[in-house]
Amino acid sequence: MRTFDLSTTSLRDLNRALHAVEAGANDLDFEILNPRGAHAVAVGLDAPLRVVARGSVGYYCAGMNARATVIVHGSAGPGVAENIMSGEVIVKGDASQYAGATGRGGLLVIEGNASSRCGISMKGVDIVVRGRVGHMSAFMAQSGNLVICGDAGDALGDSIYEAKLFVRGAVKSLGADCIEKEMRPEHRATLAGLLARAGFDDVDPDEFRRFGSARKLYHFHIDNAETY
Amino acid sequence: MAPRTTPRPSATFDDYTLSEIRRAAATGVYDIRGAGAKRKLPHFDDLLFLGASISRYPLEGYREACGTDVTLGARHALKPLRLKIPITIAGMSFGSLSANAKEALGRGATIVGTSTTTGDGGMTPEERTASEILVCQYLPSRYGMNPSDLRKADAIEIVVGQGAKPGGGGMLLGQKITGRVAAMRDLPVGVDQRSAARHPDWTGPDDLEIKILELREITDWEKPIFVKVGASRPYYDVALAVKAGADVVVVDGMQGGTAATQEVFIEHVGIPTLAAVRQAAQALDDLGMRGIVQLIISGGVRSGADVAKALALGADAVSIGTAALVALGDNDPVYSADYAALGTAPGAYDDWHEGRDPAGVTTQDPILAARLDPVAGGRRLANFLKVMTLEAQTIARACGKSHVRHLEPEDLCALTIEAAAMARVPLAGTNWIPGSGR
Amino acid sequence: MCGIVGLFLKDPALEPQLGALIAPMLASMSDRGPDSAGFAIYGAARESETKLTVQSKTPDESFGALQRGIVEAGLEARIERRETHAVVYAPAAAQAALAALIAAAPELRVMASGEAIEIYKEVGSPRDVAQRFDLAGMAGTHAIGHTRMATESAVTILGAHPFSTGPDQCLVHNGSLSNHNDLRRALRREGLRFETENDTEVAAAYLTQRMAQGRGLADALQDGLADLDGFYTFVVGARRGFAVLRDRIACKPAILAETDRYVAFGSEYRALVDLPGIEAARVWEPEPATVYAWEH
Repeated sequence: MRTFDLSTTSLRDLNRALHAVEAGANDLDFEILNPRGAHAVAVGLDAPLRVVARGSVGYYCAGMNARATVIVHGSAGPGVAENIMSGEVIVKGDASQYAGATGRGGLLVIEGNASSRCGISMKGVDIVVRGRVGHMSAFMAQSGNLVICGDAGDALGDSIYEAKLFVRGAVKSLGADCIEKEMRPEHRATLAGLLARAGFDDVDPDEFRRFGSARKLYHFHIDNAETY
Repeated sequence: MAPRTTPRPSATFDDYTLSEIRRAAATGVYDIRGAGAKRKLPHFDDLLFLGASISRYPLEGYREACGTDVTLGARHALKPLRLKIPITIAGMSFGSLSANAKEALGRGATIVGTSTTTGDGGMTPEERTASEILVCQYLPSRYGMNPSDLRKADAIEIVVGQGAKPGGGGMLLGQKITGRVAAMRDLPVGVDQRSAARHPDWTGPDDLEIKILELREITDWEKPIFVKVGASRPYYDVALAVKAGADVVVVDGMQGGTAATQEVFIEHVGIPTLAAVRQAAQALDDLGMRGIVQLIISGGVRSGADVAKALALGADAVSIGTAALVALGDNDPVYSADYAALGTAPGAYDDWHEGRDPAGVTTQDPILAARLDPVAGGRRLANFLKVMTLEAQTIARACGKSHVRHLEPEDLCALTIEAAAMARVPLAGTNWIPGSGR
Repeated sequence: MCGIVGLFLKDPALEPQLGALIAPMLASMSDRGPDSAGFAIYGAARESETKLTVQSKTPDESFGALQRGIVEAGLEARIERRETHAVVYAPAAAQAALAALIAAAPELRVMASGEAIEIYKEVGSPRDVAQRFDLAGMAGTHAIGHTRMATESAVTILGAHPFSTGPDQCLVHNGSLSNHNDLRRALRREGLRFETENDTEVAAAYLTQRMAQGRGLADALQDGLADLDGFYTFVVGARRGFAVLRDRIACKPAILAETDRYVAFGSEYRALVDLPGIEAARVWEPEPATVYAWEH
């Protein structure tokens, strides 16, 4: 395992080292000390690395992650795992706004709460949040699953396309074109699988409700104009 | 019979306005179209060059060298772009354009040693193969965004806005969202594509600075980072893009085209390209960044004269979009009958979003798209770019310059007071620059 | 477009360290606002004594002249200089004469007035600004700092935040207001005075005017949700505490942290990392259109 202390090593040296791991390398474990809210920590990874950050990180941690597992023992700033392609990003604390924004694959687990716009424009990523999410979460969400074990803030799923939203707690309000949908067995199976992958064994899939697109905004009509 | 009043059409309620009112009343939908502002605007045509004679000496045409190369992005990037000509191809998406059109753009640009740019919807393999130098756009929608394409790109252009619709998102009606386009954008086939007006994960220059850091870290500080804005407050926007860390700033005037947006946006939001250039260049001057951060101007550039004028006013390079599509065959009278069948005419066709382009440029219909041969189209574009370059060189030599970048505002005068005020050059035959206090 | 920090102390034992705690917070926001920086610090107040923070481009001459004027007029007032700024302490009885002296010296600009507030701001990097005024050596009950990336108005001391338009009040802002010009004209018609074209000054004046009409700070901020358009995170300082408000869209960043000993605000978590006990603090992001306020 290699350790990078960001109080003595530059961000550039850290990311360069993470990008330089050759295919077939044996030592795939990295530890980051003293991130102290630094931005762009462990971004653009594209190897089966296991990176553990001991402390809170700033904007865009694990941005565009592919194949790697990134674990943050602290909270994450705006845009954690933005545009994630594959692999796993696990935040032990809270996540700020835009968590998993535009993510296209892989899994993002937030063990605390997520702030506003969690899963905005998500395009295939799976996001599991142990706590609550803030307003405008899953705005324009295109595909993938957003699992919220706590409550959801205002305007959940506004202008949603084909993403699936599962909420265990209360939903403050739904956004335009987002409606509650029937939880069929295949949805329950998907949800159970995601909870298991996130390691949330104590959470019962039967306590969730499902939300998705009413598909009324898929084709422009002037009488819907106020909802655009 | 007593004399009668001649029927008098209203200048305010003209035929076009009347037809728009009737169309809106009948359909309940605002007009969506492609292309840029069509109204008469102050433009580069309103400027003239002051050729050399006795006080200054011209260079010999064809004999004495006049350079055209430009380097973009040396401020921070390890691998800046080195273009042979100061004319680049603006971002246009696969989706709005056919795969053949994208390939033709790449082929044409590569022949003359310049760059092309992806668009909303991601990078296609055809495009990457055809374009030797390819700029990858980073857009609010993030359709098709992925880190391997960023690494494959030669530069990254963060699109904040475009001249046709500064401050606007957009809506591409479902006709062009075919299976391949939908898959690239993670959308269902055939739905209207609603594009966001802001980026999903940052707002404002302080956040932009952090976004630029992330993109540089992902691509190991190799790629130049462009920031593209629609011209509205170019002085402030250019200054803030520079402060946020951009290597290159692209300013797109209101004549700049779009694949599809509301007509009201295209014609009523933003400022003309001519009005934007000096303000943008002034921002670089005031920050001491001229020559360090490059300025690319776009929006209605059609000829070598336009290129030379943009450079003289402070641009380091220009981008062309609409002109490049015309070079490929867009709006060609050879398809007059087809345009008539669509209720339009060559030169006026702008319903690019409907995907029924007779020239096969702005369509996903395989039969129409096959009308454009990417090899021949690429050749036509290369010819056009060469002509533009030769024209710009001709003007530069006549002004005594051994490199087109040595053109300066003092090489110009203006034909109209409006153009003189906007370009900050004197009205022809006078020393008067309106608004300068001179 | 900027960085904001704020610190409200609950534990009086921390008061001597207020400046030392907030100085690194301010410096950590340098990237967000490299052009200028400023801070408001609320110190110990004496009953019936008012503090005026004044600033001058020519401090030697201006403050010397002011001192002479005070002596000549026999005013009971004293000046403490800090670089380009000075704090003038005066009892209520001397207020009017002192104000006249300052008004007669055009190079003197009043940055703040009140029982507790002092405001310092300068062009330059936030770290340098904090060092120049020895922020780390200051004591007090609460403080607000700001680092500025100028958007449309000029990079000057006057354009730097915090803005103060009323006694013991100040405002800092991250974002961009979209209707401030009309609002400035309306407030001018009602008699408020403006020194800059800055959008934040309009927000500060708006709140001052509301409170002058008898609205409390929290109510004045609520009013602002309807009247101030655009994007903002505000931190507002008052005699006894501070308040935080984000617009309805709330996309400019904001983080609050609370422990038994303090409440801290930062535009980013980076600003909070050195605070004592931050690991155990309750950390959250303020909800849109919701007023958060703390008072002593």
